[in-house]
Amino acid sequence: MSEDDPGADDDREDDPGADGGCENDPERFERLPATADERGVEGRATRQEVVDFWDERFGVPPETFEAFTFWEKGAGKVWALHGDAPSPIEVEALGMTFLRTRQEHWKPTTDAVQRFGRAATENVIELPREHARRFVAGEDLEPEWDGDWGYLIVAHELVGGLEPLGVGLFTYGTLQSMVPKGRRRDL
Amino acid sequence: MDVLARYESLVDDYEAFLAACERPLPQAVRVNGIKASRPADEEDAVERVREAFADEGVEATPADWNPRVLRVDTDEPGNTWPYVHGWVHGQEEVSALPPVVLDPQPGEAVWDAAAAPGSKTTQVADLLDDRGLLVANDSNLGRLSALRSNAERLGVTNVAVTNQDARNFSLNPFEVDAFDRALVDAPCSCEGTIRKNPTVLDDWTQGHVESVAGIQKGILRRAVQATTPGGVVVYATCTFAPEENEAVLDHVLDREDCNVVDYEVGLETSPGITEWDGEQFDERVREAKRVYPHQNDTGGFFCAKLEVGE
Ligand SMILES: C[S@@+](CC[C@H](N)C(=O)[O-])C[C@H]1O[C@@H](n2cnc3c(N)ncnc32)[C@H](O)[C@@H]1O
Repeated sequence: MSEDDPGADDDREDDPGADGGCENDPERFERLPATADERGVEGRATRQEVVDFWDERFGVPPETFEAFTFWEKGAGKVWALHGDAPSPIEVEALGMTFLRTRQEHWKPTTDAVQRFGRAATENVIELPREHARRFVAGEDLEPEWDGDWGYLIVAHELVGGLEPLGVGLFTYGTLQSMVPKGRRRDL
Repeated sequence: MDVLARYESLVDDYEAFLAACERPLPQAVRVNGIKASRPADEEDAVERVREAFADEGVEATPADWNPRVLRVDTDEPGNTWPYVHGWVHGQEEVSALPPVVLDPQPGEAVWDAAAAPGSKTTQVADLLDDRGLLVANDSNLGRLSALRSNAERLGVTNVAVTNQDARNFSLNPFEVDAFDRALVDAPCSCEGTIRKNPTVLDDWTQGHVESVAGIQKGILRRAVQATTPGGVVVYATCTFAPEENEAVLDHVLDREDCNVVDYEVGLETSPGITEWDGEQFDERVREAKRVYPHQNDTGGFFCAKLEVGE
């Protein structure tokens, strides 16, 4: 067909935690409950927890997500939809993959960080151009960082603004690139 | 067989047409406002993208008819910072036409009936300001996974993806009775992509054209049915074959309550034809536009705007 994107490929966000637990029907998307009081499925994150996570970890203001609903498909993968839909809903995808929950440290997706991470004020590590290049190629780095360990928003300066590249996992002095294979590039 | 010779009588300057078909296609990208815009500042998305390209030594020139489409002097726009950030999508210039004709308004419900790999879905999402329900459907699951990765890289959050045969598409999963607008970017014989795929005509047969025309008719009819009275349906192909273009419109005009209407666009085009191979078509198909490669130095294309009866 005519308009295949030259850079497109089929690699999905790395998906280590998915095991299709039994309370969840992986074919269906279900809206996250607003708060713990309304939680029907065990272990499911709530909307409140999701919004708090972005606020507490990255300083992204809760208003950012006012017009969004959050959905779970399979165990732990949370999707963000601008607007709303009937729940449950059986579709192939709903909005964008946003956050992996049901593990000790929640992990935002590369695409969520690129889309919403400009509003972040905490746990953002800025890389110089050469390191940014290596980060998107999937390499591990050893940057100067005396902040928190764990998942960080990795960003660099592009035409006068700080632009998020993706997620890095910082432990023991090493920043591991979480950019999924299909999004890696040699620039 | 010499497929293009079929069109000698249709094209004003057949020599120029053939010459253009042999030239490789200029590289183009579409600026994605969803990620390239920074709401807080003045500079617009197009200028920001051009600057980022310039920093990498790539010249990016806006198309006259659509400043969101940039012709770029690199063979690998996929290996640039604007691409990594989802500020741009590699998309042939003329393929950016149907969403512009569809003209979706933020908040509307829109159906993209044959959507993979999502070049136009993501453009529609941008025009919708990423607001309102956008349903992207395709019958091919493998191609849908390319659509999903494009949509996510481009930061689209208002899309629901379905895997149905568009000819009997069901709106059941959604809370809407009908869409405000629908796009049918139909499967076709792709003759107009010859500049990108020089071998595209090697397997051409009349039989294939006829069979794909059957699918096109089914999808377009369903799109008209699934669109609210007064709503808009855009029908597009990347082929010259009248069997897949005007004949499809003629078939649907005859069976569904709709009209083909004129639209303005700053490209050189030719009107739809009303006669082919001894067959007469409904006069209204003239309002459709044909785009030949020599007219704007693009791929070949066909695009019609339909209005659904009140
Ligand atoms: C020209 S391509 C679409 C390109 C896409 N709109 C874009 O801009 O990236 C046509 C698509 O129609 C799909 N298709 C073919 N038959 C179909 C059917 N009966 N229902 C739904 N989709 C169909 C093909 O899988 C193919 O992806």
